[in-house]
Amino acid sequence: MSEVNSAAIRTLAAMLEARTGQQLVTSRVWRIETSLKPLLRERGMTSTDQLVAAMLKGSEHGLADRVIEALLNNETFFFRDHGVFQLLNGEALEVLRAARAARRRLRIWCAGCSTGQEAYSIAMMIADAPERWQGWTIDILGTDISSGAVERAQTGIFSQFEIQRGLPIMMMMRWFDQEGENWYASAELKRRVQFRRHNVLEQPPMPGRFDLILCRNVLLYFPSAVRTAAFDRLASAIEPDGVLMLGAGETVLGQTAKFVSERELRGLYRPAVLGEASKAA
Amino acid sequence: MSKKCLVVDDSKVIRKVARHILETLDFTVDEAVDGRDALDQCLQTPPDVVLLDWNMPVMSGMEFLRALRQSDLPVRPKVVFCTTENGMGHIRAAIEAGADEYVMKPFDRETLESKLQIVGLA
Repeated sequence: MSEVNSAAIRTLAAMLEARTGQQLVTSRVWRIETSLKPLLRERGMTSTDQLVAAMLKGSEHGLADRVIEALLNNETFFFRDHGVFQLLNGEALEVLRAARAARRRLRIWCAGCSTGQEAYSIAMMIADAPERWQGWTIDILGTDISSGAVERAQTGIFSQFEIQRGLPIMMMMRWFDQEGENWYASAELKRRVQFRRHNVLEQPPMPGRFDLILCRNVLLYFPSAVRTAAFDRLASAIEPDGVLMLGAGETVLGQTAKFVSERELRGLYRPAVLGEASKAA
Repeated sequence: MSKKCLVVDDSKVIRKVARHILETLDFTVDEAVDGRDALDQCLQTPPDVVLLDWNMPVMSGMEFLRALRQSDLPVRPKVVFCTTENGMGHIRAAIEAGADEYVMKPFDRETLESKLQIVGLA
């Protein structure tokens, strides 16, 4: 297959950024041909240039949407960064549990949830501690800009390759049923999670504020100014004493003044006002 | 100090792939070609973790696991099955026999790393 020429890359990069805010960074350029291969095959095309030309001509309804879908990186797995999830399940959720003891309700948002593994991870964590959460209402919402990813998340069906990435075997046995090469989330697990399409740069996906927001390995694809705007959106969607969880390689330092790190919850972040107050105490 | 992993598989290719991944995760790697070989090595110098194939000549992964768990070793190496056997029946049998985790082939670096994290070794 031919290499993608720089004019095609520029076109794709501009379209991706305009529609999603995401940058086609150098490290993702090599993935273009691989990502678009299924679309080329469907049309009997031999080069990405042909596909970009067809897209610009506008002769095929919805082609641009499908190209964008293909370019989005849906890499994810269960309990990604095991240590951070342990911290979340331990100290972080305990802090929130104490703070919400009166109303016994937690609202959790996985922003940029891809095919749902992270949202299901949280749901399993909660479901595996019935005594801890007895009498609580825990709302878990997963959102992603990719309609395809959201549709897959809603099915709760994972391939053999996907199911074992990060998922402890005991949890897999407890919460998934095998059918052929695929693994199906149980009805009980699916009931605990909702998914919908949403762009993190837009207004929050529902009214009210979230106690816990996971936005992991999403913001790294945004240019600096857009990233700051995304942090503003997250800040407007989180409770003043809520907790924000980013990807392992992501930070708020130098990106936003709306969130700060907290010594007791390393790797997790809290809204600036509360975080500063607890540091001073 | 780096952790030690014993890779038990009759396939040289799988041993090589696993060794490569494990070394990038800072493990020291030893290899065994079947369950008998693995048991001899474990009884002499127990590793931190055993990455264990199921179907092997001389002594299978399950026979090795049962013998290992019945041995009077002063330590309890973690055992992660790594096999093409992907049915729920096999998985359940492995866990009941004392396996700590289970990887279904094919696998990649992220899968292996995450399983080693789950058993507390990465």
